[in-house]
Amino acid sequence: MIKQSPLVGGDTLVREALSRLEQPARRLFMRRTLTLGGLSLLTGCSITDDASAEQALMKVSRLNDKVQAWLFDPNRLAPTYPESMITRPFPFNAFYGEDKVPDVDADAFRLEVSGLVADKHAWTLPELRAMPQTEQITRHICVEGWSAIGKWGGVPFSVFLRRVGADLNAKYVGFKCADDYYTSIDMQTALHPQTLLALSYDGQTLPRRYGFPMKLRMPTKLGYKNPKHIQAIFVTNNYPGGYWEDQGYNWFGGS
Amino acid sequence: METIMEPLMTDDARAIHPLWLRLTHWLNALAVGILATSGWRIYDATPLFDFSFADSLTLGGWLGGALQWHFAAMWLLVANGLAYLLLNAGSGRLWKQFFPLSPRTFLADLHAALRGHLSHADPRRYNSVQRLAYLFVMADSVLLVLSGLVLWKSVQFPLLRELLGGYEPARRVHFFAMAALVGFVGVHLAMVAAVPRTLRAMTLGR
Repeated sequence: MIKQSPLVGGDTLVREALSRLEQPARRLFMRRTLTLGGLSLLTGCSITDDASAEQALMKVSRLNDKVQAWLFDPNRLAPTYPESMITRPFPFNAFYGEDKVPDVDADAFRLEVSGLVADKHAWTLPELRAMPQTEQITRHICVEGWSAIGKWGGVPFSVFLRRVGADLNAKYVGFKCADDYYTSIDMQTALHPQTLLALSYDGQTLPRRYGFPMKLRMPTKLGYKNPKHIQAIFVTNNYPGGYWEDQGYNWFGGS
Repeated sequence: METIMEPLMTDDARAIHPLWLRLTHWLNALAVGILATSGWRIYDATPLFDFSFADSLTLGGWLGGALQWHFAAMWLLVANGLAYLLLNAGSGRLWKQFFPLSPRTFLADLHAALRGHLSHADPRRYNSVQRLAYLFVMADSVLLVLSGLVLWKSVQFPLLRELLGGYEPARRVHFFAMAALVGFVGVHLAMVAAVPRTLRAMTLGR
């Protein structure tokens, strides 16, 4: 794994370089598919062309985004669970090891808000904690298949978006994180009643390993769509992509 | 519709399997091949049991690639499977070929098959073991699709999710339904190897 510098995400050059470094590993995946005997069945398709197969699969993935947006019911709630069912210890998971978790200075921290919003002032942690809070115990489902039940507390994201005067008809909400992670979600999910700007975990201030100072918690989306260590939020109509999504994970990633 | 389907349905009177059946069979084989091998790669990301599938048997190269193959081939499986079921039921073939099916004839045919005495004199007619095996694989495929739907969209299909016992049990249902399908394919291929002209019948029609 490449050591990531804890940039706020503005450094596109570094990001570009990093994404290029990702390429060779990713290219391998298509090459390996060709060694599979079963795929000889596919003769006749242009499957022997790595790039066109990858493009076709990406197109289907974009189509699957649309199908999922259509299937998504903004009022349908993910199941909630009793305290006794919380997974202990809740697993740590990131694209780096636990020793690389960023250390964010709480006092100096400011949450940047930009894009299609009326109020672009940067938020301190006490300001966020002064907003109405709610708690929920839900299942976190990882793209790897495993799942774990946890208890997150924080500001309903729809309340936050309305407070900053976000354009609620915009298509996307994007996130930039202290660990250089980035992702984006659809506005429908951003406004879902269970989508939380989580500031606490299991009744405690959100620990470093779970994303201090805040993560976006969505029980309607897979784990990689739930960014941790958020430093900047922006509302936009331009597709912002994401760290894993740009490498091939499905963008909608909903459940 | 009638006129479009006519060449598909009537075919050559001497054909053992109509063209639509041969087409849907091979498209299904392709979909199942992609779904199983990419599914094994997805399984390997968090193995449910104390084993993993060898990388060389899997499709996709990494989790993200395997997921792309899986979520593309699922459309082929579902569209082709629906076409198969509709044509099968609509043409009356489903009823004619798979029924009647009684436990007694099944046991008699199974006994004969195990002793190598089961006749394949008329490949147009399925024996009771074939009838049950093919009906089972249809039902198993439906279960694979439904459990897959729960894994993909567990929040959006609450009734289906609860019927399968929740998200985690649905993973196991999906796994064992896959294992049953792969087991079927193994026996199926062994039977084709034993009676090679069935391969010709499923490809050329006679």
